[in-house]
Amino acid sequence: MAQVVERKPRKPVPAGSSRTAGTARTPGPVRAARRRAVLHWIAVHSLGVAAALFFVLPFVFVLLTSLMSDQQALTRDLVPRTWQWENYTRVWDTPGFLTWWRNTLLYAGLGTLLTVVSSIPVAYALARFRFRGRRLSLLLVIAMMMLPPQVVVIPMYLFWAKQLDLSGTLWPLIIPLAFGDAFSVFLLRQFLLTIPEEYLDAARIDGCGELRALLRVVLPMAKPAIAAVALFQFFALWNDYFGPQIYASDNPAAWTLSYGLESFKGAHHTDWNLTMAATVLVMAPVIVLFFFAQKAFVEGVTLTGVKG
Amino acid sequence: MATVTHTLRRKRRRTALRTAAFMAPWLIGFGVFFAYPLVSTVYFSFTKYDGFRPPVFNGLDNWTYVFTQYPLFWPAMRNTLWLVVVMVACRVAFGLGIGLLVTRLKTGAGMFRTLFYLPYLAPPVAATLAFVFLLNPGTGPANTLLDAVGLPQPGWFTDADWSKPALTMLAVWGVGDLMVIFMAALLDVPKEQYEAAELDGAGAWQRFRHITLPNISPIILFAVVTGVIQAMQYYTQPLVAGKVAAGVIGGSGQQFEPGYPDKSTLTLPQIVYNTGFQRFDYGTACVLALVLFTLCMAFTALLMRRRGGLIGTGD
Repeated sequence: MAQVVERKPRKPVPAGSSRTAGTARTPGPVRAARRRAVLHWIAVHSLGVAAALFFVLPFVFVLLTSLMSDQQALTRDLVPRTWQWENYTRVWDTPGFLTWWRNTLLYAGLGTLLTVVSSIPVAYALARFRFRGRRLSLLLVIAMMMLPPQVVVIPMYLFWAKQLDLSGTLWPLIIPLAFGDAFSVFLLRQFLLTIPEEYLDAARIDGCGELRALLRVVLPMAKPAIAAVALFQFFALWNDYFGPQIYASDNPAAWTLSYGLESFKGAHHTDWNLTMAATVLVMAPVIVLFFFAQKAFVEGVTLTGVKG
Repeated sequence: MATVTHTLRRKRRRTALRTAAFMAPWLIGFGVFFAYPLVSTVYFSFTKYDGFRPPVFNGLDNWTYVFTQYPLFWPAMRNTLWLVVVMVACRVAFGLGIGLLVTRLKTGAGMFRTLFYLPYLAPPVAATLAFVFLLNPGTGPANTLLDAVGLPQPGWFTDADWSKPALTMLAVWGVGDLMVIFMAALLDVPKEQYEAAELDGAGAWQRFRHITLPNISPIILFAVVTGVIQAMQYYTQPLVAGKVAAGVIGGSGQQFEPGYPDKSTLTLPQIVYNTGFQRFDYGTACVLALVLFTLCMAFTALLMRRRGGLIGTGD
């Protein structure tokens, strides 16, 4: 898959270059085939541009509106008359916005760390150990991966809020991540299966215990998969709306960006420009992170979807 | 002889302990955060429970109430069915189309791929806010563009007939995950098959129909089944779209009758939340949670079936 993604685009047949412009010596059928290739290139790339517009225009309109004045945002105009960059500082200075950032970083950052640390040994055991109940454990991991959080939310809420009095904080969301995450376990296991057994046998002959083999041999090889798992989890927690809504909704000091953003629109009822600026500020980190970690991301998607 | 079995037994015990140690996080997590709450959910579903007074056993009352009288249940189920059929079909068809297109783009392939993929990464709340704004009937850019070319301008998220198509557009915009999966599958189709077919004089459509489709059909099925599971769990987007379009101020204490407009964006996970945490009817909410559980498990079972299973367990 990796090669597939990095495949270099081939040079197109340059339309109208001296090679395609038929000279007297080029035979007719060859010329016709070249013309067909050029037409095909044009047709495919026109479609590509049309599709790209569908995917990109929403971003463009959001950006343009985020730079309009309050009054202009209420009109049908598409392009700002005056470019109000200060909208972004206004959003940044909104009470709470900085707190939401801190909370989101705590939830997504600490949550991702705990997920990775606790999921690796489980994935390793499911991929490498032979034990009774292994197949059942794996089926349960997959089943949990497919279940929405709403299924068990009521007893969970009563447990955290009434028995442990942790409502109004993000801890009920973070602590369970120290006990493995089904999707991460599954994805890591799929990858660990691809590491040849010989490497581990060699380590064992050299007197490595399983823990040492995992830390010294497997982990360095599994770096791309771990990066993919960490990224997926980070984005999932960054985007989580339901969790913070359950546990943090009555305490704005514990809101995350995803939860706060919707309330932001409520408080700035008519100000689409400020709302769109806030939207940009919430989208931006995700997109920047993607550009740094594109490869790990795409590998992760294919690992979940294709390999069995 | 005796010592041999003794060491063997000791070794076996050590192996079992080692396995348990590696599996420990998951075993604890599964018990505390899944098995125990699931059993509690089943128990609460047979009780009248508001979270303050202790639960009172009331037999099948909640269950019959949900299926025969609860005004939110059937609208949510109908919406779910609609989303399962239309949204999944659109996403799979569009994802496959974009996947095919990407494999044929020769110039700027990397750039196109990134552009098609980016919306998938947009945080759901942010993407939903963006779409409520874009599809804002009065001043949104979408209707401005439709007006410019003389097409009718729907009310989108403010019109019960158009709110689900609007949600579908939002879901189709984020089709990047399917594009990547289809792209990988399409590039795995053996080239020789296409060459042989071309020699036999097969046209583009025939090659797609008789070579591409059969080769990628397991991936299509995978995309459909995971799409159905996702559609049944659809929560954040319809809720946020409904709230923002209705102009509800979010945050503490604010009651919101979900599904704006006219219950058209109501989904099953939403009524679990609303029934439990806004109406404080935990008993009924647990029934709804179990209905959701059953539906998701049924489709997960389809994904995991041993023969021709779509997610292999690899053994």
